[in-house]
Amino acid sequence: MAATTLRSVTTYDLKLAAPLALGFLVFFVTPLVILLALSFQADPQGSRYGLTQYVHFLADRFSLGVLGSTLWLGVKVTALTLLLGYPVAWLHQRAPGWGKGVIMLLVLLPLLTSVVVRTFAWVVILGRQGIINAALGGLGLIDAPLKLLYTDSGVVMALAQVQMPLMVLPLITALSRIDPNLADASSVLGAGHWRTFRKVTLPLSLPGIIAGCLLTYAAAITAFITQSLIGGGQMLFMPMYIYQQASTLQNWPFAAAISIIFLAAVLVVVSVFTVLGRLSRGYTNA
Amino acid sequence: MSNRRIDLDALSFRVVMTGIALLALVLLAAPTVVVVWVSFTNGYSLKFPPPGYSTRWYVELWNAWQLQFAMMNSLKVAAWATGLSVLLGVAASLGIARSEKLTARVLDSLFLSPLVLPALAFGLSSLMFFSLVGLPVSPLTLIIGHTVVSVPYVVRNSVASLAQLNPSLLEASASLGASRLYSFRRVTLPLIRPGIMAGGFIAFMASFDNVPVSLFLRDAATDMLPIRMWQDLEGKLDVTVAALSGVLIVVTIALMLVMERVAGLSKRLT
Repeated sequence: MAATTLRSVTTYDLKLAAPLALGFLVFFVTPLVILLALSFQADPQGSRYGLTQYVHFLADRFSLGVLGSTLWLGVKVTALTLLLGYPVAWLHQRAPGWGKGVIMLLVLLPLLTSVVVRTFAWVVILGRQGIINAALGGLGLIDAPLKLLYTDSGVVMALAQVQMPLMVLPLITALSRIDPNLADASSVLGAGHWRTFRKVTLPLSLPGIIAGCLLTYAAAITAFITQSLIGGGQMLFMPMYIYQQASTLQNWPFAAAISIIFLAAVLVVVSVFTVLGRLSRGYTNA
Repeated sequence: MSNRRIDLDALSFRVVMTGIALLALVLLAAPTVVVVWVSFTNGYSLKFPPPGYSTRWYVELWNAWQLQFAMMNSLKVAAWATGLSVLLGVAASLGIARSEKLTARVLDSLFLSPLVLPALAFGLSSLMFFSLVGLPVSPLTLIIGHTVVSVPYVVRNSVASLAQLNPSLLEASASLGASRLYSFRRVTLPLIRPGIMAGGFIAFMASFDNVPVSLFLRDAATDMLPIRMWQDLEGKLDVTVAALSGVLIVVTIALMLVMERVAGLSKRLT
């Protein structure tokens, strides 16, 4: 009796979640179901149903190429972000109080600045009259401006900057959870800094690495604005492909099928990372 | 000899890690610095370095009615979406945060799922849904779509705050004769308020910055700021957009510092 009374004052009724649950059912789940249904329409009029749109996508080298380059773009961005982001989290861990504050501000700023503004900055940096070309030209290293905008490496660099906070924040959390005595123990036992990093710090921060990679990857492949402004017209990735088919060409069933394929690809990646995350937590707790 | 080798090891490790970290921090800061810098150009193009400096493009903002109009729309939609997100999201968080029922866990995942799903696919599916039920796109459909993509931030932060709330405080409050509503107002709400504020702030920024959902759910009369800026940038590199970006950056930094003070923003994001 006493237990139930106590419980009733410390928990709230699940019914409080009903309004949002209802809203999600109508405005989130139902649209996705409709998207799925529409992807099975064989033609825009909806006279026949079948796997026509999926067959069309999977038999088309161009479409598969777009999917492939989008997924590969995510891998490149995530790898670069991890390489650059890990030392930032490491430095945050060691910095004095004010240094932590400065690093945190620098990391959070891109996260909260408008994505159009951030991308726009990269147009200024990478453009023909941009900073990199001006600097290299000024040093006499190049005669003609390099083409950086509308290139693959330009997109990867800009996306790495735009998504870096998503990598650094989970890493900071992971590193702060590691018992500093472990690194000390490792060095007392004669391991050098590199060895301690490889054998102690890196494995123990695995949950943070996996969480960061998941967030960065999912954000990089869906980053519509950065992809289209830095990539320009020649490079096509999945989000823009969906938008073109839906808006410009008004081919809704095909756009729906591409969306479903893209959603499925994202869900596969999310599930793989989630399983890896569980395994790594088991590993670091062991 | 062995001592010396260890020093070299320590030195190389520190130099490499610090070097990459500083490079990354420069990379993180560069775009912001660059935008503010070129926005003070006196030229007509975004040449770097600028030929000279002036505040003319900031003055020009007073006449940029298209940008102003788009900004008002974005602010209105973001305000509505944030209000709805906080109202529905906090109520839902109270319901699911301390419950061990399976339904609560399922709802938790459902409410957070817009964070990982491609927003563009959601925008397209919403457009299909609204056209199927015969509701034309309007500010209303925009607000609904924005609320769906903003509410996860509120739920995530509120649930995290509620998980840290010590239940004995509520027991103490109840044993001293407080009603549930009174306990909520005087104990629960003050303790989770920073979490709600941080979540609401991020939700507002997410809505204000959203492009993929707005692309599909806005009507022709409702121009949204990020879309307007994006289209201006695709057409021509407009310096007025740089000035506006400068304004947005300053406002964002100011809001961030305020939120850090009142809600411990950075602690909630890690």
